[in-house]
Amino acid sequence: MIEVRGIKKSFGDQEVLKGIDMQLQRGQCNLIIGSSGSGKTVLLKSIVGLVKPDSGQVLLDGRDWTGMPERERKVLRQEMGMVFQASALFTSLTVEENVRFPLDFFSSLPLTEKNARIAFCLDRVRIPQSALRKNVAELSGGMQKRVAIARAIALNPKYLFCDEPNSGLDPETSVVIDQLIQELTREFGMTTVVNTHDMNSVLEIGDHVVLLRHGYKVWEGSGPEILKATNQEVVDYVFVSALFKRVRAALT
Amino acid sequence: MLKGFFLGLGSYFLFLGSVLRRPESWREFGKSLMREIELLGLSSIPLVVFISLFMGAVLTIQTAINLDDPFIPDLYIGVAVREGIVLEFSPTIVSLILAGKVGSNISSSLGAMRVTEQMDALQVMGINPAGYLVLPKIVACLLFFPVLIVFSIFMGLLGGYLAGDWLRMVNPDHFLMGYFDEFNPYFVVYALTKTVFFAFIISSISAWYGFHVKGGAVEVGKASTKAVVAMSFTIILFNYILTNVMLQ
Repeated sequence: MIEVRGIKKSFGDQEVLKGIDMQLQRGQCNLIIGSSGSGKTVLLKSIVGLVKPDSGQVLLDGRDWTGMPERERKVLRQEMGMVFQASALFTSLTVEENVRFPLDFFSSLPLTEKNARIAFCLDRVRIPQSALRKNVAELSGGMQKRVAIARAIALNPKYLFCDEPNSGLDPETSVVIDQLIQELTREFGMTTVVNTHDMNSVLEIGDHVVLLRHGYKVWEGSGPEILKATNQEVVDYVFVSALFKRVRAALT
Repeated sequence: MLKGFFLGLGSYFLFLGSVLRRPESWREFGKSLMREIELLGLSSIPLVVFISLFMGAVLTIQTAINLDDPFIPDLYIGVAVREGIVLEFSPTIVSLILAGKVGSNISSSLGAMRVTEQMDALQVMGINPAGYLVLPKIVACLLFFPVLIVFSIFMGLLGGYLAGDWLRMVNPDHFLMGYFDEFNPYFVVYALTKTVFFAFIISSISAWYGFHVKGGAVEVGKASTKAVVAMSFTIILFNYILTNVMLQ
């Protein structure tokens, strides 16, 4: 479980996070949603340690991540996997080398077992054998995301973080990526945190959803519950498009 | 402007502090180092050979024209060409050229990694991006630039000799004698010391610019240009300081 307590963060005069509290459950897909500028990327980066919050705490299964010395943080980082918005694959490496990268650094497995782990991870995200020797720049956006997921799960992490994993993908591929994230979360019992503004993802995989607005948490619940929420902030965020207006009309 | 300069200088030294740390994995460091020696060093050999050969030739022609006097033996033309190549052309001018080639490569590749979140990916994995990405580049430059400069000296001298002989501007035997006449080995030490300083300046300054890029592709290009300008200024400044310290 990931527990966030009173996280605040400012950049200059601009206060981006204004005291966020939330609990993200293990074995579930926890979605952070909100419009652009609501603070969800800064919140995710604060949780993974890419941004240092001004105050507040992040507890990873009871361990105080924010107050931890750097040496201990390094060890704990091996329990984390992250999928970035633009995949952030190492463009000078092949598909296989990208997945091998964290294993070469942090795993003491013998070569045969490393190879088996790489094959398992790539197979699990349905990357064909023919793509292993390809440079990642040669892959489509959807395949790059899948390789990024394979790299993120290579060290069998406890926590999986995804920053807008559907960004730039067509609706069909988005659903495939969403389902993959959900399957892996269930299969490996990870605490998964997904940053998104895609309402389809919310309904597809949102076990637990947190809505941010102007740096505040304004709503928390499950994916399906969001359609019944009466909170004005939720209504303003979710029922903007014609499709969701019709969904709301049908529901009421 | 002065405040910005000192803030940048402070940031540069802090950056060096995060670069010059023990690598997370020596095996990965060794692999990266070999890759960087190939990318930054070996790939520069053709450029260095070409430029040095022709600059050596030009130096001989210009010196021969200016010392065209029956009372000045061709031996002195050889001495002048040798000193010009060993003392200044190879260590300083070739380093300036390498600042353009290698420095812009370092800043643009690191900048591209920054804007595509590849550095964030390393950080999330628990890998120090500065140490993993920059240290092998600095070490590769420190190790290989002196090799390139020795190469450049030989090629410059060869180009000078060939031009003098081919164009019949000097007596080749007398000219060649000039290459060995009262040769001071300390000048080679001076040239290589300068090269090591310049190698560190080129690799670290270009890395600092690339590492701190914010924005997108345009900013990567701007950082690369700024890096080359800053490196050129610093090389010229340190050339003066080192010459004062080592040759006076």
